[in-house]
Amino acid sequence: MSQSQSALTMDVRPLNDQTSVIEVHGSITATSEGALMDAYNEANRGGTRAIVLNFSDLEYLNSSGIGLLVTLLVRANRQKQRLIAWGLSEHYRHIFELTRLDDAIGIVDSEADALALADMD
Amino acid sequence: MSSTKNDAQHDNAARTPSDAGNWASSTGRLNVARTPTGALNINVNGRLLMSPIQGFGKMWQKTYRARLSGAQTTPAGVIQEWKANFPRFWPAGNRFYGPITGIAPGEVGLIDLALPGKAKLSTGVLVLYADDESFTLMTPQGHIFAGWITFRAFDDAGVTVAEAQVLMRANDPIYELALFLGGNAQEDRFWQHTLTQLAAHFGVTASVETRTVCIDNGRQWRRAGNIWHNASIRTTIYMTTLPPRAVFRSVRNVATKRR
Repeated sequence: MSQSQSALTMDVRPLNDQTSVIEVHGSITATSEGALMDAYNEANRGGTRAIVLNFSDLEYLNSSGIGLLVTLLVRANRQKQRLIAWGLSEHYRHIFELTRLDDAIGIVDSEADALALADMD
Repeated sequence: MSSTKNDAQHDNAARTPSDAGNWASSTGRLNVARTPTGALNINVNGRLLMSPIQGFGKMWQKTYRARLSGAQTTPAGVIQEWKANFPRFWPAGNRFYGPITGIAPGEVGLIDLALPGKAKLSTGVLVLYADDESFTLMTPQGHIFAGWITFRAFDDAGVTVAEAQVLMRANDPIYELALFLGGNAQEDRFWQHTLTQLAAHFGVTASVETRTVCIDNGRQWRRAGNIWHNASIRTTIYMTTLPPRAVFRSVRNVATKRR
């Protein structure tokens, strides 16, 4: 891991009965698979319909990290759950558009918007 | 939303991330600034990029690894050589027309792939991401698969390991069938050959470890319409209609001159 990349840590908390939040801190790279999937397993309580990813504290993302997000998306979709992202900087929004992840992951401006989007489904 | 969260988001938006220069800056449709001599640019210009989400077939993650035991190099050294000699390690009959500026974020490369029966498939890729220890190529509409290939090198207990990892879905039902009927095995051989040649470039013999994982067993039938852009069909039509079109152009030119 280079000096520009910090380790990934995640905080998971329920937002309500059907929605969980994963707070992302640090870098998402090829080495992040374990942390990301552990966080998803913790967020995936019985009855969870939406997982909200808070990227406000995302410091580094490479293409292997984007691949992990695709894998996470597939796992969530298999459980009929929606993935929603907020806190993306302009740069990371661009990457979500470039890689066309924004086709499948809802992108909103705040946690309140994420909750509203989750409740719409 | 609390003010703390608002502030955090504002700070995040204002910061320039350290990966900013590693990603392609363009979005949307591909644009080839200059078509190299000998290359066909019939399936690239104007095409949309395709992530695995937009593909049709089952989603696969294929990982090919070669341990370069004994090679006097570093992960960054491997990637530097891989970028500089990218098509040199490919199996014979396949061509990669890279950008003049080399493999760098946002550049587009044109590809001619050799298919069974001496058929050819012309397509291309975007350099989605590149840093000192990895680079990623993303495919457009019409390519065999929707997704990307990440090439990276890393240190494992003092040994440099070179890796190619494909995350993909077949782009349409025809490609899905073709991959099932031998295309997957052909792709395995393609990247195993590439990594073997890369190892040889560093003066070592390496066996290639291959790992295939099905990420999503489902097919996305709503994406079956991707077939419209199928580069294999379009290349075949282009090549087979080339002689009659040449004759037609000659006749038209003669007629124009007589008038």
